Amino acid sequence: MLEMLSERFVYVVIIVLMMTGLYALIATGNLVKRMVGLTIFQTSVFLLYITMGKVFGGVPPILDYKDLSNGTLDPNQLYSNPLPHVLILTAIVVGVATLAMGLALVVRIREAYGTIEDDAISEADYSLELEKGV
Amino acid sequence: MTDAYFLPAAIVAHAPALLVAVPLILSTVAAAIPSGRAAWGLAFVSAMVALLCAIELFLGTRGEYAIISYAMGGWEPPYGIEFRIDGLNAALLLLLSSTGLLALLFALPSVADEIDKRKQSLFYAAFLLCFAGLSGVAATGDAFNLFVFLEISSIGTYAIIAMGHQNDRRALTASFNYLVMGTIGATFFVIGIGFLYMATGTLNMADIAQTIAAQPGNRVVEVGFAFILVGVGLKAALFPLHLWLPNAYAFAPNFVTTFLAATATKVAFYVIIRFSFDVFSIDSGFVQNTLTYVVTPLAISGMIVASLQALFQSDARRLLAYSSVAQVGYMLLGLGMATAAGVAAGSLHLLNHALMKGALFMALGAFAYCYGVRRIDDLKGLGQAMPFTSAAFTIGALSLIGVPFTAGFVSKFYLIQAALDNDWWWAVVAILAASVLAVFYCYRMLVTIWVNPAPTEGLLPNGHIRKVPLLITVPLWVLALANLYFGTNAGFMVDMAQTAAQAAINGGVS
Repeated sequence: MLEMLSERFVYVVIIVLMMTGLYALIATGNLVKRMVGLTIFQTSVFLLYITMGKVFGGVPPILDYKDLSNGTLDPNQLYSNPLPHVLILTAIVVGVATLAMGLALVVRIREAYGTIEDDAISEADYSLELEKGV
Repeated sequence: MTDAYFLPAAIVAHAPALLVAVPLILSTVAAAIPSGRAAWGLAFVSAMVALLCAIELFLGTRGEYAIISYAMGGWEPPYGIEFRIDGLNAALLLLLSSTGLLALLFALPSVADEIDKRKQSLFYAAFLLCFAGLSGVAATGDAFNLFVFLEISSIGTYAIIAMGHQNDRRALTASFNYLVMGTIGATFFVIGIGFLYMATGTLNMADIAQTIAAQPGNRVVEVGFAFILVGVGLKAALFPLHLWLPNAYAFAPNFVTTFLAATATKVAFYVIIRFSFDVFSIDSGFVQNTLTYVVTPLAISGMIVASLQALFQSDARRLLAYSSVAQVGYMLLGLGMATAAGVAAGSLHLLNHALMKGALFMALGAFAYCYGVRRIDDLKGLGQAMPFTSAAFTIGALSLIGVPFTAGFVSKFYLIQAALDNDWWWAVVAILAASVLAVFYCYRMLVTIWVNPAPTEGLLPNGHIRKVPLLITVPLWVLALANLYFGTNAGFMVDMAQTAAQAAINGGVS
């Protein structure tokens, strides 16, 4: 058990982060804290991708121009996979955009309701509905 | 590359890219100009370009297993990003751009009414982002690219839903909840893609399909499928993951509800079809089992529970939103049958549902524009006051129930036939039960509209009443008549759906 955990230590970290993020998202009523939970959750997935790009014994896939043109590249040289990093750059941008959008909405919610606690918002909506008879 | 039908060949060669690129680029222009009307013009132009490209692509994919493959930036697939159009997504693109165009006609008066003047051009910019993202999801053949487009469309959607806050502040919380759930869904989807990438080392969907087929029983692939199904199921409002939908539809601006109801969940549903049948093979046991034992029961409970919830709503758009969740259940039931007939029936219902919900939400938008009404009780007597709009609404409602000679009847007929082919008599019972519930909730609205004297004053500030503008009447009646036309001459739609199902089931590895 302990051996397996140490071998897959990165995955353990990823799962712990993922569950922390999801739990924070569900457990808190504060909208800003929810965005924090969401970001932690997304970050764990970024780590998952970065991990899968790593090849043990691999070097960064940067080719020397001289070797490339002279045909003296070592065919047995191991390289890490750069593609997941590129994908995650895109995913980080998407994540930042989502975070910005979410925080902008929180600002507007605070302007409209005067609070960012979920319970208080539901209560305000409910009493408004009772008043209007909707 | 196929022959050009009516556009110049140089444009046709790049049609799959233009479909997405034109709205995406024009959205930045729309954000920069201050005039709302000019921004609307840009949106209209890009929807028009998208429609022309979609028709061209649709005609190009009519042949047997005809696939249009477009290498983005000249990088050959599977290394570069590929846009891949077959019978399935050509039909979806056609639906997307034509309903987008009709909804935009409706937008000019409706958005001018509901959105602050200074924010209109930004609103159209966000709409164009959403539109480009949805087209991109439908067109792309690259799994990670699909995620990026999904998020582009989602971020645009969150913004335009939140714009409903000028009428009702609950639009803000609805949009926030959608953002949280939508992001969880998208992240689940990325996890699934990550697992697939681990197992196959490629992101091109056709390439993934081939690699997976060579490694049956790989647990990583199966886990990937589960994550993808849950993630996209959230976007498609698969029951019980539909909780974001009713509030988002009920409080968004009318134009947004019309557009989203006709397109957004449909695109997510397309992604489910694409992954279940094309990327993963239906022959592998786990997809078959998932569809039979997970998707089908959820689809049926969604049909029944959401229809029951619809019965007790007081807001007209919220009622129709719950009905949308139930209709997604019908489509998923077709998918759950895992036969060509079932998928064809599901796709047919997808197309027809866009027609009827488009007409219904547009009519409600017209009511809101003229009288400022939103609740069902306030619809009293509008049948006398606005007979033409009410008649179009009635056609939509009858189609929703599935009355003969309407589009809704045709798709339910094919769905029941597909269920009987599978010996699923209990599915037929569920379809009929949900249709009876639909009779009840449509009856509630129709009676309120028709069996009451006309109202003397509206609920708009200072109580005055507006006439229906032509730009609302025309698209509304186009959709309503389409419901009648495709109810009596179903050939075109049925053919389209069957080609789509064939493309989904046979397309992947061919």
